[in-house]
Amino acid sequence: MTELAILWSILLAQVMLALAMAFALYRIVKGPHAQDRVLGLDALYINAMLMLVAFGVRTANTVYFETALIIALLGFVSSIAFAKFLMRGEIIE
Amino acid sequence: MGGQIEAIITLLVALIMIVGASFSLLAALGVIRFPDLYTRMHAASKAGTVGSGLLLFAAGLHSLDPAIFARALAAFVFFVLTAPISAHLLAKAAHQAGYRMSRLSVIDQLPQKEEARSL
Repeated sequence: MTELAILWSILLAQVMLALAMAFALYRIVKGPHAQDRVLGLDALYINAMLMLVAFGVRTANTVYFETALIIALLGFVSSIAFAKFLMRGEIIE
Repeated sequence: MGGQIEAIITLLVALIMIVGASFSLLAALGVIRFPDLYTRMHAASKAGTVGSGLLLFAAGLHSLDPAIFARALAAFVFFVLTAPISAHLLAKAAHQAGYRMSRLSVIDQLPQKEEARSL
């Protein structure tokens, strides 16, 4: 019974995360300004990382957790770089 | 007895996972529905952090392995540290570039440069 519960809850969580990714993608495509698109990208990478974590729980494979950490790190750096670029027009001064 | 505890942990993981995913979904809904960048960012960085924290906690709990749990905890701490930084920097960039708040917002206490080009 508990196995069934966890399988269904993982499926539900993955559907919700996929929906959240679709919403973030909509903001990237539609976003009126560049800042909105960067925000959409930020939301997208967080949800993608959570999707990978959900896959990791489903398959009981630890590789997904390393991947999630790397995505979190690179996503943070990229959104900082984007914000800096929007603020100054250059990244490395 | 041991089996019972494992069953309880599994049900708890299922519950936390659904709650965390709903928080993430609500954050993304806020990113779509709010009128301007600042309110959208408010939804994304607060609810997004809660959602990711709950999901990572659930994943760490499910593995029943201290190494994995430490990794999930590290990822969560990293998120708590970095989400405000990126949100703040992006909001500052937007404000400096002259991104106006929506007409629904009440007051903007950060002085805006007059010559800033309006987006």
